[in-house]
Amino acid sequence: MTATMMTFTFEGRSVTAEPGQSVAAALWADGVRSWRRTRQGGQPRGLFCGIGVCFDCLVVVNGVAGQRACLVGVRNGDVVQAQP
Amino acid sequence: MIRYDVAVVGGGPAGLAAATAAVRRDARVAIVDAAPRLGGQYWRHRPGAEPAELRQARSAADHLPNSPVWFVEPGPGSGFRLHSPGGPVRADQIVLATGAHDRSLPFPGWTLPGVVTAGGAQALLKGHGVLVGRRVAVAGAGPFLLVVAAGLAEAGATVVGVFEAGRLRGYAGHPRALSPAKLIEGGHYARVLARHRVPYRRGHVVVAAHGDESVEAITVACGDRQRRIEVDALAISYGFAPQLELAVALGCDTRLDVDGSLVVAVDVDQRTSVPGVFAAGEVTGVGGSVLAQLEGGVAGCAVTGQAVDPRVRRKRNHARRFAAVMHDVHRPPAWIERLADDTLVCRCEEVSYKSLKRAVDLGATDTRAAKLLSRVGMGWCQGRTCGPVVACLTAHLNGRAPTVADHATFANRPIAQPVRLGELAEPGS
Amino acid sequence: MSDVVVIGAGMVGAACAYYAARAGLDVTVVDRGPVAGGTSGAGEGNLLVSDKPPGPELDLMLVSLARWAELDADVGGFEFEHKGGLMVAATAAGVAELNALVEAHRALGVQAELVDDAREREPELAPGLAGGAFYPQDAQVQPALAAARLLHAAGLAVRTGEVTGLDLRGDRVVGVRLGDDVIPAEHVVNAAGVWSGELSRAFGAPVPIEPRRGFVLVTEPMPPIIRHKVYAAEYVADVASGDADLQASAVVEGTPAGPILIGASRERVGFDAGRPLGVLRRLAAQAVALFPVLAGVHTLRAYRGFRPYCADHLPIIGPDPRRPGLFHACGHEGAGIGLAPATGELIAALITGTPPALDPAPYAAVRFAA
Repeated sequence: MTATMMTFTFEGRSVTAEPGQSVAAALWADGVRSWRRTRQGGQPRGLFCGIGVCFDCLVVVNGVAGQRACLVGVRNGDVVQAQP
Repeated sequence: MIRYDVAVVGGGPAGLAAATAAVRRDARVAIVDAAPRLGGQYWRHRPGAEPAELRQARSAADHLPNSPVWFVEPGPGSGFRLHSPGGPVRADQIVLATGAHDRSLPFPGWTLPGVVTAGGAQALLKGHGVLVGRRVAVAGAGPFLLVVAAGLAEAGATVVGVFEAGRLRGYAGHPRALSPAKLIEGGHYARVLARHRVPYRRGHVVVAAHGDESVEAITVACGDRQRRIEVDALAISYGFAPQLELAVALGCDTRLDVDGSLVVAVDVDQRTSVPGVFAAGEVTGVGGSVLAQLEGGVAGCAVTGQAVDPRVRRKRNHARRFAAVMHDVHRPPAWIERLADDTLVCRCEEVSYKSLKRAVDLGATDTRAAKLLSRVGMGWCQGRTCGPVVACLTAHLNGRAPTVADHATFANRPIAQPVRLGELAEPGS
Repeated sequence: MSDVVVIGAGMVGAACAYYAARAGLDVTVVDRGPVAGGTSGAGEGNLLVSDKPPGPELDLMLVSLARWAELDADVGGFEFEHKGGLMVAATAAGVAELNALVEAHRALGVQAELVDDAREREPELAPGLAGGAFYPQDAQVQPALAAARLLHAAGLAVRTGEVTGLDLRGDRVVGVRLGDDVIPAEHVVNAAGVWSGELSRAFGAPVPIEPRRGFVLVTEPMPPIIRHKVYAAEYVADVASGDADLQASAVVEGTPAGPILIGASRERVGFDAGRPLGVLRRLAAQAVALFPVLAGVHTLRAYRGFRPYCADHLPIIGPDPRRPGLFHACGHEGAGIGLAPATGELIAALITGTPPALDPAPYAAVRFAA
């Protein structure tokens, strides 16, 4: 698989992913458990339902906010940031 | 725009069986699916590892991937129009096979990162090859816990235990509802767990998760006894909640199933109350993939005017009876009294149990009022996660049992998926 | 025996009950559903002066606005916010109309100012707009909370049941029939919102109220990119229109909770719930035209409400001479939240015979009781 590994950045840091992996899966595999803070309580959130239902895992991908990290597939060179 | 005879919404077991049956009549069939790959939550696979069932269905029907339907409407004229990011689809008739997602119950600590649904842990593993944790507890109620725990153990995780809320005495009381296939399947997972020395604890409930930035430990209760277990992930599932928004948007009659879920009411041929709309699989009552495929087969025949094989109908009825026993045996535990005042009920809007109680004090006698007075269910997920919980809590706080109307409040989402305003504004979308 | 039975636990009914209770009357509130279960729970909670040309409705609104500030201090807890309204015009002709409106408003003491570059107030507005007007008094409340808090402050719980008719002695009202029960009462207030027309017919004192359908689109929660209530000048014409066809000029606003609300279509289609996609598309298109940045923003939800539309665009507030003891407080169309406090205060004054805050004549039911 190594030959086809992809790379993206999360908050400026480089993360690798296997083809077909979601942003959430790649972050999780990289040891990242949360990538958002709640608007009221500032609590950490990451993956919960894992299938696009709960919207807990929102991220900004290439400037587009409100993406579900568990659904959006990694593409080489993606710039991923925390959802404001 | 192509006009299909049948649009099957959902590419899981029910939808694929419906499409496979419908094309036998040379019907022009579309499988409109939210996911990039067919299979639904059940046949999750890595790219290039497609099971045979999927190849067969895909070759016979038009597969429209990445097409979560955000709006469905009757007409113009006869038939229906379905709107998704893939563009609008017209169809004379619809089979709704939109499936279900994990039903979550709130408890102190359930919003900590590392606490995931069992379906989430499964999707991470089967769909993306990633383990949810190294030291994992699997908890909740239902046979799905076995499947997830076995998968995690096989993939190398240390599963510290499977904590099943039910005491499982009920199966023995219903020998006629149990099929040999079910027993063999259950036995397979039990053997995997035994091989990996994973303890299976009945009558055990996870009552709290602890940690700061991520889950570090859980408290498991059995009766009055409690113990703390170190984990780095908790996969939890209390059955499943059907995805009903399209059925409700179309005006299909609904009912409460034996597990307390709101489901679409169907007749013996999987017909809903709305002419031209059929439903199959978890949306008509949670029952697993075997039942879903049988229902899909019946719906696919009925929607194209083919006679339904009485043997298939009998098998389906048997599987439905088994599902009822399963729900009875794997009852969720008493959970309301375990909520703390600051336990979040609604994850998106961060509405605590205390805020919900305050809304009821202010006059929220039903779930719509509870929503208006507390913002519960108003956030990103639109009550998909908290809806069943809020329906139960609002009814409980008003001293009554939840009704169809309590649950229907949250299933009523005319915009069935978030849609960009720019796309909505586009007349042809 | 109650002094007053208020039918309807929406914003208008809650305000009537609150002011009647404050006047020392014994009040019972009845509704077939919970508080704010109808139109009040399906609107944005507008308290607008800007969309009301000079006339009796504006007079009522100006009294109401003062009462809302008092209620915020005395009761509170309903997200009262003086966000200000920004009306924009795309053309020179539109600006000329705005000029005239602002001038007329200012003559009546309404705070209003012309704005050359609307983007100084709302940076995300589309370029190329011809001009605008800013109304700092325009405000907002969360209507369901407001209705609930007022009832709570007055110590009133909603009695649930379906009103089936009045209990009469001759023409005189002596009670309300609630299912199989009768609630004896000296005064009955018809504040049933969109259902008040139907009730008034059952009471033998018909008033012409019918539903006018409206939709609101709700976006994902956003950082505060839109600060005021922003709408195109054409909206005022839509509000005043008696046309049964679809009127839609988007009103766009941010909320303290984060989502942006996009209203406000108006159609007279009875209680028809169906086929809203065309309306939603139009609202979305107009919102994006005003604020191009919204094209990339997700809408999560659309909700539908029915406004209690009155044929002459004025609410009906006051006693019905055909049924002594019966009062109407209905027909506020899309302005019911804003106009509720003044309406409630007026009803309480008319019941107790105390001097009202403003001349009740323009709103009198007698105009339909010929």
